[in-house]
Amino acid sequence: MKEINELNLPDGLRYTRDHEWVKIMGDAAIVGISDYAQDQLGDIVYVEMPEVGDEFKQGEEFGTLESVKAVSETYLPLTGEIIEINEALADAPELVNKDPYENWIVRIRPADLSELDSLLTVDEYLDLLNG
Amino acid sequence: MKNVSATVGLILNEPLLWEKGQKGRRGMDVPAADVPPAGIDAGLIGEGPDFPDLSEVDVIRHYTRLSQWNFGVDTGMYPLGSCTMKYNPKINDTVAATPEIAASHPMLPDALCQGTLKIMYELQDYLAAVTGLDAVSLQPAAGAHGELTGMLIFAAYHKSRGFRRTKILIPDTAHGTNPASAALCGLQPVPVPSGPDGMLDPEAVARLMDEQTAGIMVTNPNTLGLFEENIIRIAGIVHDAGGLVYGDGANMNAVMGVADLKRCGVDIVHLNLHKTFSTPHGGGGPGAGPVCVVEALRKFLPVPRVVRDKRGYRLDGNCPDSVGRIHAFHGNFGILVRAYSYIRCMGAENLHRASQLAVLNANYIKEKLKGELHLPYDRPCMHECVFSDLWQHAYKVSTLDMAKRLMDFGYHPPTIYFPLVVGGAIMIEPTETESKADIDRFIEAFCEIVREAKEEPEILHGAPHLCKVKRLDETAAARHPCLTGC
Repeated sequence: MKEINELNLPDGLRYTRDHEWVKIMGDAAIVGISDYAQDQLGDIVYVEMPEVGDEFKQGEEFGTLESVKAVSETYLPLTGEIIEINEALADAPELVNKDPYENWIVRIRPADLSELDSLLTVDEYLDLLNG
Repeated sequence: MKNVSATVGLILNEPLLWEKGQKGRRGMDVPAADVPPAGIDAGLIGEGPDFPDLSEVDVIRHYTRLSQWNFGVDTGMYPLGSCTMKYNPKINDTVAATPEIAASHPMLPDALCQGTLKIMYELQDYLAAVTGLDAVSLQPAAGAHGELTGMLIFAAYHKSRGFRRTKILIPDTAHGTNPASAALCGLQPVPVPSGPDGMLDPEAVARLMDEQTAGIMVTNPNTLGLFEENIIRIAGIVHDAGGLVYGDGANMNAVMGVADLKRCGVDIVHLNLHKTFSTPHGGGGPGAGPVCVVEALRKFLPVPRVVRDKRGYRLDGNCPDSVGRIHAFHGNFGILVRAYSYIRCMGAENLHRASQLAVLNANYIKEKLKGELHLPYDRPCMHECVFSDLWQHAYKVSTLDMAKRLMDFGYHPPTIYFPLVVGGAIMIEPTETESKADIDRFIEAFCEIVREAKEEPEILHGAPHLCKVKRLDETAAARHPCLTGC
């Protein structure tokens, strides 16, 4: 497993305490899991995704990731509607391990961008990981 | 290390059945038909399944060989935490195979099977005595089946009082099957985080317990191997809000004759006879997960139950409030007989002693290994102890690597990566079966593995090296499962 200083944690994303990230792109946003999360989970073998059109509140479970070690819930960083799921992950869940930022899980239309303030910056997220 | 058990020996290979045999071989001769052939609808005719052609001896040798590759509690120490892999005394099988018991037909009228009914009646009594509760159903076939039965009783109880409750509290140190069993009954699991000491916090329960909540499912001792010290207060909070307390009795091996579950405030508990009461555990069953309840819930138990009146023992199905039948006939009767045999052989005093020794053995391992492996909750444990791989991170060695390497030393790996509240968990449960000498050898093996992790980590990354099957590609197996055999 990676040491904290070996993790790839891009700037410009917002992170959750449950190790998801969100990136705003116009009026949409993409959501995935952090390098720390994919490293902790180990080889991911199945990504369970919501349906397009589903709506979730901030922090609500929107799917699960199954690895050889465990099954882990994924929580939506922002309230919003699912407008696209990353179909490629159905056949190739390992993409999340390969690059957890390139391979987002869902694209959403956020309902309230002010919720971003409650999410962590990269420095705050690093503090969390360093305990 | 001397006398490492898995380092010598002959491992014979065995091909797949599809690679064995020859076209035309068969295990039996079917006599020529002495009636005219009947035509078969053309729509039903097609390619047959791809079965290999094998003789009887081909098949016998194949499966005998596979059984020799197997590892069981009869071949070595099996410290699989949360599973209580204790030795199954052979007298249990002898008793269960007694013709008067084994050949008794489940549809015999009560008058003709008083002996088998008496076994079940007395087993109900014994299990009530072990838990401190009042009434028992022997029907559930496994622990999770017992949980399901318990949740059906929760629902029936609330319904009888005119309520429908939709949520259930489940601590993060409960067994993994608990939320699934509750969800199957339409209850939404609400996780309760454990405190920093690994204990369930009564304040956290009080905050979450409300009138929509049916109750709580507590595993005690919990999956960290710790006894929930606040159980009586927690039960009080749940009862005050009109809820019930379910106890997952999978870890009962720590507290037989020690904890009275009724006094702890537990309303329903299931027991795993295949854990605590030494009945066979592997191969996917059959198991048994009897459910014990307090007096007020007796009327909701599955039917039929064995009762006794002045004419003798009989099956009683007349119980309008019952949740109904949950298993055909009487549950897994052959397993019930084995547990009955175990309890009768041991007696109350020795069941108590078994729990004491199981706890002593786990604490011995905890103390001996805590200088080698990180121990997240350093306090007296019950029948199992939970370490982590934190100190091995620096050498890029994981829990999985160490577990695989243990196989080279002749041990079944412990439970790993569970409970989830400990990252890289290594959960060791020796049970009372093992002698001090055997436990010392296990500890010695683990110390050697910790040394290797530091000095020769590459040995661990490739482990196991001496087993018939080397490191499996679990990822490929999960991503591209092959379930057809060829």
